[in-house]
Amino acid sequence: MKQNKEKTMRKDTLKTVLHYTKRYRIYVLLSFVLAAVTVAFTLYIPILIGDAIDFIIGKGNVDFDGIAAILKKILLFMVLSAIAQWLMNLCNNKITYGVVRDIRHKAFAKLEVLPLSYIDSHSHGDIVSRMITDADTFADGLLMGFTQLFTGVITILGTLIFMLTINAKITFVVVVITPVSLLAASFIAKRTYHMFKLQSETRGKQTAFIDEMIGNQKVVKAFGHEDENLKEFDEINEELRKSSLKAIFFSSTTNPTTRFVNSLVYTGVGITGALIAMSNGITVGQLSCFLSYANQYTKPFNEISGVITELQNALACAARIFEFIDEKPQVPDKENAVELNNAEGNIRIERVDFSYVREKKLIQNLNLKVNSGERVAIVGPTGCGKTTIINLLMRFYDVDKGSIKVDHTDIKKITRSSLRSSYGMVLQETWLKEGTIRENLLMGKPDATEQEMIEAAKASHAHSFIKRLKDGYDTYITEDGGSLSQGQKQLLCIARVMLCLPPMLILDEATSSIDTRTELKIQSAFAKMMEGRTSFIVAHRLSTIKEADMILVMKDGNIIEQGKHDELLKENGFYAELYNSQFEKV
Amino acid sequence: MKSLMKYLDDYKKECILSPLFKLLEATFELFVPLVMAAIIDIGISQKDKQYVFRMCTILIVLGVVGLVCSITAQYFAAKAAVGFSAKLRHSLFEHIGHLSYSELDTLGTSTLITRMTNDVNQVQNGVNLVLRLLLRSPFVVLGAMIMAFTIDVKAALVFAVVIPVLCIVVFIIMFMSVPMYEVVQNKLDQVLTTTRQNLTGVRVIRAFNKEKDEKKTFDRRNRQLTNIRMYVGRISGMMNPVTYCIINIGIAALIYAGAFRTDAGDITQGEVVALVNYMSQILVEVIKLANLIITVTKALASAKRIEEVFDTEPSIVGKSVIKTKRQFEYAVEFNRVSLKYKNSGEEALSNISFQVKPGQTIGIIGGTGCGKSSIVNMIPRFYDATKGEVRVNGINVKHWQTDQLRDLIGMVMQKSVLFRGTIRDNLRWGKADATDEEMYRALEIAQAREFVDAKEHKLDEMIEQGGKNLSGGQRQRLAIARAIVKQPSILILDDSASALDFATDAKLRKSLSQLEDTTIFIVSQRTSSIRHADHIIVLDDGKIVMTGTHEELLENCDEYKEIHYSQVSKDEEGGVA
Repeated sequence: MKQNKEKTMRKDTLKTVLHYTKRYRIYVLLSFVLAAVTVAFTLYIPILIGDAIDFIIGKGNVDFDGIAAILKKILLFMVLSAIAQWLMNLCNNKITYGVVRDIRHKAFAKLEVLPLSYIDSHSHGDIVSRMITDADTFADGLLMGFTQLFTGVITILGTLIFMLTINAKITFVVVVITPVSLLAASFIAKRTYHMFKLQSETRGKQTAFIDEMIGNQKVVKAFGHEDENLKEFDEINEELRKSSLKAIFFSSTTNPTTRFVNSLVYTGVGITGALIAMSNGITVGQLSCFLSYANQYTKPFNEISGVITELQNALACAARIFEFIDEKPQVPDKENAVELNNAEGNIRIERVDFSYVREKKLIQNLNLKVNSGERVAIVGPTGCGKTTIINLLMRFYDVDKGSIKVDHTDIKKITRSSLRSSYGMVLQETWLKEGTIRENLLMGKPDATEQEMIEAAKASHAHSFIKRLKDGYDTYITEDGGSLSQGQKQLLCIARVMLCLPPMLILDEATSSIDTRTELKIQSAFAKMMEGRTSFIVAHRLSTIKEADMILVMKDGNIIEQGKHDELLKENGFYAELYNSQFEKV
Repeated sequence: MKSLMKYLDDYKKECILSPLFKLLEATFELFVPLVMAAIIDIGISQKDKQYVFRMCTILIVLGVVGLVCSITAQYFAAKAAVGFSAKLRHSLFEHIGHLSYSELDTLGTSTLITRMTNDVNQVQNGVNLVLRLLLRSPFVVLGAMIMAFTIDVKAALVFAVVIPVLCIVVFIIMFMSVPMYEVVQNKLDQVLTTTRQNLTGVRVIRAFNKEKDEKKTFDRRNRQLTNIRMYVGRISGMMNPVTYCIINIGIAALIYAGAFRTDAGDITQGEVVALVNYMSQILVEVIKLANLIITVTKALASAKRIEEVFDTEPSIVGKSVIKTKRQFEYAVEFNRVSLKYKNSGEEALSNISFQVKPGQTIGIIGGTGCGKSSIVNMIPRFYDATKGEVRVNGINVKHWQTDQLRDLIGMVMQKSVLFRGTIRDNLRWGKADATDEEMYRALEIAQAREFVDAKEHKLDEMIEQGGKNLSGGQRQRLAIARAIVKQPSILILDDSASALDFATDAKLRKSLSQLEDTTIFIVSQRTSSIRHADHIIVLDDGKIVMTGTHEELLENCDEYKEIHYSQVSKDEEGGVA
């Protein structure tokens, strides 16, 4: 049952691969033709050589003119054959690297539409491993497949014809026995497929570990955890070593095995040939010629069987990429989804239920009404669901029940891109992309002028430190922001939003890493930015919260109090408790 | 590649046996034509069926022996190659573990990942193939050449010309393609970087609707990778046709030379045939070699990239000899310390001096980018001072054994990173053999007990990669607990309570004061977090403005006053007055 399933899976993978080669039909065809040309010439040259040798009979009996003519021919066909072979190589390169490029392209495109729940819950290292190492291994296998499969098949056909012209009976013996080697190859191939798959999976696991640990090397060092990590790494490494050894060794037995089968064929031909020769069915010369052809005939079978195992590896890797490509994307925008332009910012959250894991209820029956231009502050103890609300507003996650409406339209009926570009978002977790500071600032508004950019940077008080950097706005920052401080990174994120000024704002702990003086200074810019814009602010600093039009006090996924600062203080509830806690004497 | 060879040391036996068995197999293969010749010459001409069958049995025996030899060879080759790469990965991982912050800042994570995975793979393939064909191919080529010389020295001179030419051409193609394969791997790095960025920055990218731009960037890099690959392919694709041409020219030359020699009566027609056959045999072997050479070329390029990582010396190396100095007055001392980061124009810190007695609590406050984190990062020696010296327990950090130094210190960073595994696993980062009791105590101090207890599996609750299934504040508290489990003598909180609400923050401060013997550094932007510190250092633009207690600073330090009143007047509405 399991094997059957695996078999159909392999077939499906193969089908998908073939589907990807469709775009390169012409090259496939061309490659095939060129392979035929190469093989024909390659088989023809030995005949020419034989003819030339026939002119060399003995002392004083050599036809130099004849030889010269044939040698010219040999050189001509040799050059043609070499050119054809080179062109064929080019075609094969084109096909394989093209296919891999297309597959990577597809995989990346899928990455961009996967729901966040997938990305949040899957190891990044494993996804990276699929897109990089697996895709590469697949390319190598496919290239080998194309180069050897075609020439192999054509060589077999060619020699078969030559053999038939000599003796049909022996040819029949050869034809019947040779497929045994293919059977042997496929026997091994079947067994190696899941070994290769295991190898790929272990490799994915290892990449995931490397990704996590090397990505956070600084923490690792702070805890002096290098040795423990190495130990854990070694465990996975050993696992990989074992699975690789198995996969590589068992697959490498194919070639010797098929060669052994071929030596049986050779012996078979020898016996039958010798017996027929004894009864004067063929001449000794014919037999020796036959044997050499039989040898040539079986060689491509060796190669093909080698390719078959190599392809197992390639297919196992391909299967992992396709699995990723076939992952369910986020629900696409509805066909009649509307564009949200110049949103007024009236937001209604109605009877919303949501949870990340079905068994663990988080938000239940959430209702909220925010009018255009209002400033909403969300407070509450950590883990109460503040960030979740942002996930829902931005539609990073879809609600399980109920609806969220912006300007009276359910956000499920609004295109994601227009919804998201209506929000300016600054998160506590600063993220900058690899590139110059300028590129990072212009992310939200690529066509901003230099003037606008500098103004936004000045308003967010990032200008002064940017100016002090080596190359100013053109300073290149590496993946994680390099040696910029956390606060500086946050200032850049704020400048990024200040530049594009969308109609609604989400500020999740936007100033958590910025010192209060700088914060105070950019406060006025913030205030100006929030004017007339519906804003959601998650903050611990009451200074930011106090001036809000509405404060939502959340606990355990529910809004437990709601109102203005003064009102809530008077209520003397949870908010008052939170507020007073800062006067508590330590 | 040379420096990587040492990883094969443990597999010396395999490295010798594998090529040897391959050689044996090749030798047995050579017997086959001889046996067949015997069948034809003796068996058929004498019509001796018994003889034919006997010889055929020998053929099968030869086949079986060949099979056994070859499978043995493959096994040893695979074992050596796989073992080699496992050791290589181990050392690579270990080496990266020793690199210090400034090297990690410059190298970047993505390229380290490709080098550890993809590049090591390429080298593994190279080793595997080399072991299998190392002896066999030259053996066949040389053997054929020697046989040719035994037939006729003059005609065989063609071999003496063809084989060196062949070598030269192969080497030229190799030399041309090695640097290009390096470019291929570098492009692969870029593809990986884009992929990783889109995973880590998915929220921002989607919030800014940058999916299309990212796709464009990815496609551009993907296309560049493909193009350079095809370009290299064009060159290495010449290997086969060119060698094919050279050999066939050799054959033509042989026939021509053979014709003259035969005409002069020095050799026979049969001998010409033999010469040509030997040349063809070389062709077959060279084609096999060409495949090997491409793999080796790739392996060489990858090996170079791996060596680059090994060649990156950690700039911070701990001393192995520890100066023991029992008596010390200060837990931490900074003497005229300056720090300049690589690739940056200005000093991040200049001329910093202060002393901290054991058990004191130090607050560090100042504007964004003023160097607060830089100061605390120098205590566990993540960065080295460009000028001046940092002392911990009276000993210059450069004279400490780095492990022991860092063992003293519990560090909580701004960005709280947790690892995949249970809460227990994460806490044990601080102390491998921590008991539940110790862990719960640390959780209590870090104000994390409550939410951990609320989890279904308590300490065994799973944390996802990066702690994504926890809120920011929960992550921070766990990170604090992780540092406390360590029972450090110096605890550094680098603005690590920023995601905590006020109530929790206040409780945290209170409970931290229980740690009496611990020297605590608190980096913060809130004066409320540090007002009870024994000393507060006010920083501005990499320089110390003033140090003192909260009250002293409030009286004398304008900057501090400004910071403080900016917070209280806003937060407390004159509550202080």
